[in-house]
Amino acid sequence: MQWGSVAEFFAMGGYGLYVWPSFGVAALCMGGEVIAVWRRHAAASESHDES
Amino acid sequence: MSATGINWFKYSSPQALYPLAGRMIPWFAAVAVGLVAVGLYVGFFVAPTDVTQGDAYRIIFVHVPAAWMSMFLYVIMAIWAGIGLGLNARPSFMMAQAIAPTGAMFTFLALFTGSMWGKPTWGAWWVWDARLTSELILLFQYIGIILLRSSIDDLRRADRASAVLALVGVINVPIIYFSVRWWNTLHQGASVTITAAPTMAGSMVTAMLIMMVGFWMYSFAVTLARMRCVIVERERQPSWGKPASIPDVAEAR
Repeated sequence: MQWGSVAEFFAMGGYGLYVWPSFGVAALCMGGEVIAVWRRHAAASESHDES
Repeated sequence: MSATGINWFKYSSPQALYPLAGRMIPWFAAVAVGLVAVGLYVGFFVAPTDVTQGDAYRIIFVHVPAAWMSMFLYVIMAIWAGIGLGLNARPSFMMAQAIAPTGAMFTFLALFTGSMWGKPTWGAWWVWDARLTSELILLFQYIGIILLRSSIDDLRRADRASAVLALVGVINVPIIYFSVRWWNTLHQGASVTITAAPTMAGSMVTAMLIMMVGFWMYSFAVTLARMRCVIVERERQPSWGKPASIPDVAEAR
């Protein structure tokens, strides 16, 4: 491992401002998609029971 | 088909697909989470800092898998669309419908992470380079297919129209892939190809490939889950008119 400290890890050799948003947005998009599909399934099943 | 001893046609009806997908989703999801965790660990703690790009290169661990998925998913969507058109098979159209939003999401991710990599490395968020432009067109294609489907009320016409659009647009995928070879682009060539040894350190390639397989598993899980939504939503369409609901049938099994 090449990281001396936690701060060094988050700095990413000075590229932290580019590296972390990349992974953060990826996590948000994929997590958001999972939640959206979850809700869509719940909504579809629910309205199905009503009819 | 008979050689494998499995009757694949058994699974070609939505009634059979719904519970089958339900059983497969947790496995794909679990493997996806595990692989992405391992991939991130290798990518951030095992792979060394790149000599020329510094730690900015670590963006490729999400960028390259997302970009590959954007193209793979398009081809798979087009194949299902083609099967749907050829055999007039309803579940094939449903698969194509279920894949499109995930493909669009990965295309957006590929463009976004590419931009985050381009700024420190090239000094520009965006350039009208052949690779970037053709990938942006892919995003518009996904959006176009989704919008075309949602703009047509008749389900059968929506299926066929979006399938034709998906099939015609597949021409863009080889253009994206070969753009770095056909044109003199700013975007670098492929780092990993089947024919040549990778141009990166072993642990870097390992992390990228693990993330890649993880994204595949994620895509399987999320598209199958959306497929189940589509099945339930379509069941409510009056034209389908099935007496028993699919969740009821699934529970009865």
